[in-house]
Amino acid sequence: MRGGGGQRFSYNQAMTTIPAIQISGLAKSFGTTRAVDHIDLEIARGSVYGLLGPNGAGKTTTIRMLATLIRPDAGTARVLGHDVVRDAAAVRSKVSLTGQFASIDEDLTAKENLVLIGRLLGLSWADARTRAAELLNAFGLSEAAGRQVRTFSGGMRRRLDIAASLVVTPEVLFLDEPTTGLDPRSRSQVWDIVRAIASEGTTVLLTTQYLEEADRLADRLAVIDHGRVIAEGTSRDLKSSVGANMLHVRLREATQLADAQARLTQVLNADVQRHSDPCLLSVQVSDLALVGNALASLTSAGVVVSEFSLGQPSLDEVFFALTGRPAESDSDNGQETRA
Amino acid sequence: MSVDMPGTAARTGQWDSVFSRARKVNAASGLSAVVTLGWRAVLKIKHVPFQLFDVTAFPIMMTLMFTYLFGGALAGSPREYVQYLLPGIVVQAVLFITVYTGVGLNTDISKGLYDRFRSLPIWQPAPIFGALLGDVMRYGIAAVMVIGLGLLLGFRPQGGLPGVVAAVVLLLLFAFSVSWIWIIVSMFVKTPESVMTTSFLFLFPLTMASNIFVDPATMPDWLATAVSFNPVTHLVTASRSLMHGQGAAMGSIVWVLVASGIITAVFAPIALRLYHKER
Repeated sequence: MRGGGGQRFSYNQAMTTIPAIQISGLAKSFGTTRAVDHIDLEIARGSVYGLLGPNGAGKTTTIRMLATLIRPDAGTARVLGHDVVRDAAAVRSKVSLTGQFASIDEDLTAKENLVLIGRLLGLSWADARTRAAELLNAFGLSEAAGRQVRTFSGGMRRRLDIAASLVVTPEVLFLDEPTTGLDPRSRSQVWDIVRAIASEGTTVLLTTQYLEEADRLADRLAVIDHGRVIAEGTSRDLKSSVGANMLHVRLREATQLADAQARLTQVLNADVQRHSDPCLLSVQVSDLALVGNALASLTSAGVVVSEFSLGQPSLDEVFFALTGRPAESDSDNGQETRA
Repeated sequence: MSVDMPGTAARTGQWDSVFSRARKVNAASGLSAVVTLGWRAVLKIKHVPFQLFDVTAFPIMMTLMFTYLFGGALAGSPREYVQYLLPGIVVQAVLFITVYTGVGLNTDISKGLYDRFRSLPIWQPAPIFGALLGDVMRYGIAAVMVIGLGLLLGFRPQGGLPGVVAAVVLLLLFAFSVSWIWIIVSMFVKTPESVMTTSFLFLFPLTMASNIFVDPATMPDWLATAVSFNPVTHLVTASRSLMHGQGAAMGSIVWVLVASGIITAVFAPIALRLYHKER
């Protein structure tokens, strides 16, 4: 499924054409659980790459191996050409990790956290303070600079956490579920930040269980399920592989869903998919001539339709097509909730 | 509640400063990283002073209770007794606080803070040593607090300031070595609370069955024998002789130095290996 992205080769540009990340046969088990089951991936420099999958798919384990926090059981992974096991120190000097849980000290103030990281990265006290002020300003946290992080909202925490990863601009930034648990506005702020980081040439590898997020942010993405890559490519590749002509029907009343689903199934002779949204149905249409009949059948039965559209499948539907189950079936685990 | 700033930064050129720096990383030296992380521990004491009080509260309570309730019965008068009790209760207070080393580490690890530290290009054991550096400072503050209370209650160390300082230094050395044990515990148990429970399970009998509160000579023979093997007893004997300028307990002082050395030599490498091991 590797489509597009024609690669340029130049003998003199060996350094710049080494991919940001090369993963081959990477595997990791915890006890009897195969968290990552022989993954192969190649991620180009300067791109935003998304690892998409439900909880427990192996996304975090993959990122932790790339950030040298855990050792793979098998296979190799190279970050900017450096092996994550043998050359871990070189990898650490070029990457930053923003983990799934805000990895900042809640007892300290926002500024102290950033100064701490700056000092650890070898800045002088004065430079570390200047740098902290710059980042706080850019991330809209200046006014909260002197407050303990424990008083921060989830969105502020997440921005500070990302800022801490940029004290020295990394060549590769790992973001593990950067928007999990955030409200929509904070989520779009984080998206803006990620785009800005990528536009400056930093390669971003992010994991997400939100299909919309992968669709909006990632140049390419890998769909991961049970530790394996089940699909890889641009979001357009993935959508077209599932097939076009997706009919989306939104009802005004959720109570009419079962009736509508039965009628669409009958008229279109295809599987009608339900979503987490209780008013939404979608179905792949093989014969466009039947679409008119479908609408007629719904209206004649008194089903109130608020939206009826034909288009590309969403990533939700792609995931369903690839795995046979909805992507977010188990996304509500307690781990994700945060104060 | 907090007010979020508008998220329009990406379009306003605010980001220029964020990326203007060179990408070269010349990470801090091992020593500088340790000092920086020790600074973090000092900031924590500043922001959350309560973490000092909740552990010293118990020894302070014990000091007041033993001095005034039992002091008269045990030594004739409370003032008489506090001379005996204080050098011992300081030991108990500081040993209890060593537990916080494990609690703090367990909290940091479970919150993901150590993931960030470990992904930085720094000397990898620096976070552990930095935490210990901060903890030793905390032990010192706790010792000063308890001794200060003692002075208010009439404690008059015959050894003067040099004697008290020597006793505290010896105590900090022993506490440092014991901290390694709690670091190991903190990596085995799931929550900070269970670090606390596990370590108090050891510390409580260890400090009670010692010569902190009463002279072992008043105990049944079997217990007095057991108490004489308790490392805390040696530490308290050394602390007492130094604070009161008796200078007679060289044996105990050497014993404590050797014990600290052995405990550190055994447990520090285990702790560091566990820390390096993947989690």
